[in-house]
Amino acid sequence: MVVLKDLTKEELYAPGHRLCAGCGPSISIRMALKAARGPIAAVNATGCVEVSTTIFPYTAWRIPWIHALFENTAAVASGLEYAYDALEKRGARKGKVDIIAIGGDGGTFDIGIQALSGMLERGHDIVYLCYDNEAYMNTGIQRSGATPRGAATTTTPAGRVIPGKREWKKDFAGICAAHGISYVATASIGFFSDYMDKMKKAIEVDGPAVIHVLTPCPLGWRSNPADTIKLAKVAVQTGLFPIYEVINGKYKMSMKPGTLLPIEEYFKLQGRFSHLLKPELKDELEAIKKGAEANYKRILGLAGEPVTTQ
Amino acid sequence: MSKEKSLAEKMKLPWKKMPIAGIMFEPGSTVEYRTGEWRIEKKPAINQDKCIRCFICWIVCPDVSITRQPKPYKNYTESVEVDYYHCKGCGICAAECPVDAIEMVEESKVVP
Repeated sequence: MVVLKDLTKEELYAPGHRLCAGCGPSISIRMALKAARGPIAAVNATGCVEVSTTIFPYTAWRIPWIHALFENTAAVASGLEYAYDALEKRGARKGKVDIIAIGGDGGTFDIGIQALSGMLERGHDIVYLCYDNEAYMNTGIQRSGATPRGAATTTTPAGRVIPGKREWKKDFAGICAAHGISYVATASIGFFSDYMDKMKKAIEVDGPAVIHVLTPCPLGWRSNPADTIKLAKVAVQTGLFPIYEVINGKYKMSMKPGTLLPIEEYFKLQGRFSHLLKPELKDELEAIKKGAEANYKRILGLAGEPVTTQ
Repeated sequence: MSKEKSLAEKMKLPWKKMPIAGIMFEPGSTVEYRTGEWRIEKKPAINQDKCIRCFICWIVCPDVSITRQPKPYKNYTESVEVDYYHCKGCGICAAECPVDAIEMVEESKVVP
């Protein structure tokens, strides 16, 4: 359990970066670095965080940091781990360096998944942190594999022909857990103590670990910047983004909201879902409700909890 | 920053003198960049009497603009202060404060 008072005051992530006001990913990175146990090095895929924190000649990072492409973040991180090992063998440096690979949802779900799969299979001691803002926000809100059904993006605009994206979100944690690695978790920045706890566990695990964290994006979700943390909480409380851990293949719920909030509570805060609240798209809303509930029950079942949403 | 040359000015080099692969040797150098100028209309103001030092605002700030200062105040050993040089005025701190000690006030208002 993380206690805010006991957390380090050292900021490894400097202010003055150019991420939007109310940026969720920015919060997730800062919290992740607060959970570091010692020297840490980061590999960052192309994405919002990479583009906005390191505008030449500035950098917002106070740790060794390297920019990788969308597709090879995990591969670069693997190389970095070997490089540190080699330096240690030669006696050039001493002590363990924790490596975290940071990727957005586009760089993880879609483009970077083959390198990630390779990294998990080879068993490198790396934490892969996927900050999920549910679209390619950096290039102008295009749909990704992480965009939930019904969301309007610039490539799946809601209109007369389609009511937003037609497909469901990928089960990313499930894909990672299927590699048989020892730690996979989903988290939300709304529950920061839980998230930092998971980050700590992931760093302590000997071998690959994956954290999938939900980070609302005021620009792409068309929400109020002040609502960022609230949205991250409500997403969990409505059952749309269940938070759980998979430890050695065993699912464990991190939070059971008891009675789920109605999905409308989540949708009404965001412009990207505003079309679903119109009476003519009632069927689509019902379909999303059913799908989200089925997914939530599936996770409950995997975790061996009584399957109920009441 | 004051009369000292900013990093961006210092780095205006001919291409042959540029660091290879754009390597930067100064960690956390964005600190000198004033993102406080992005703020529109409102800025956060902390009421030190109402504040219970739970530090939720400190951890949820995306711009590292809520700082913990070792200044004792009444029974507390620490104070929570806003760094207006970097605060972008998103209002997350005011929305998340459990005791409503943070208020978004007009930019022109003088805050102690």
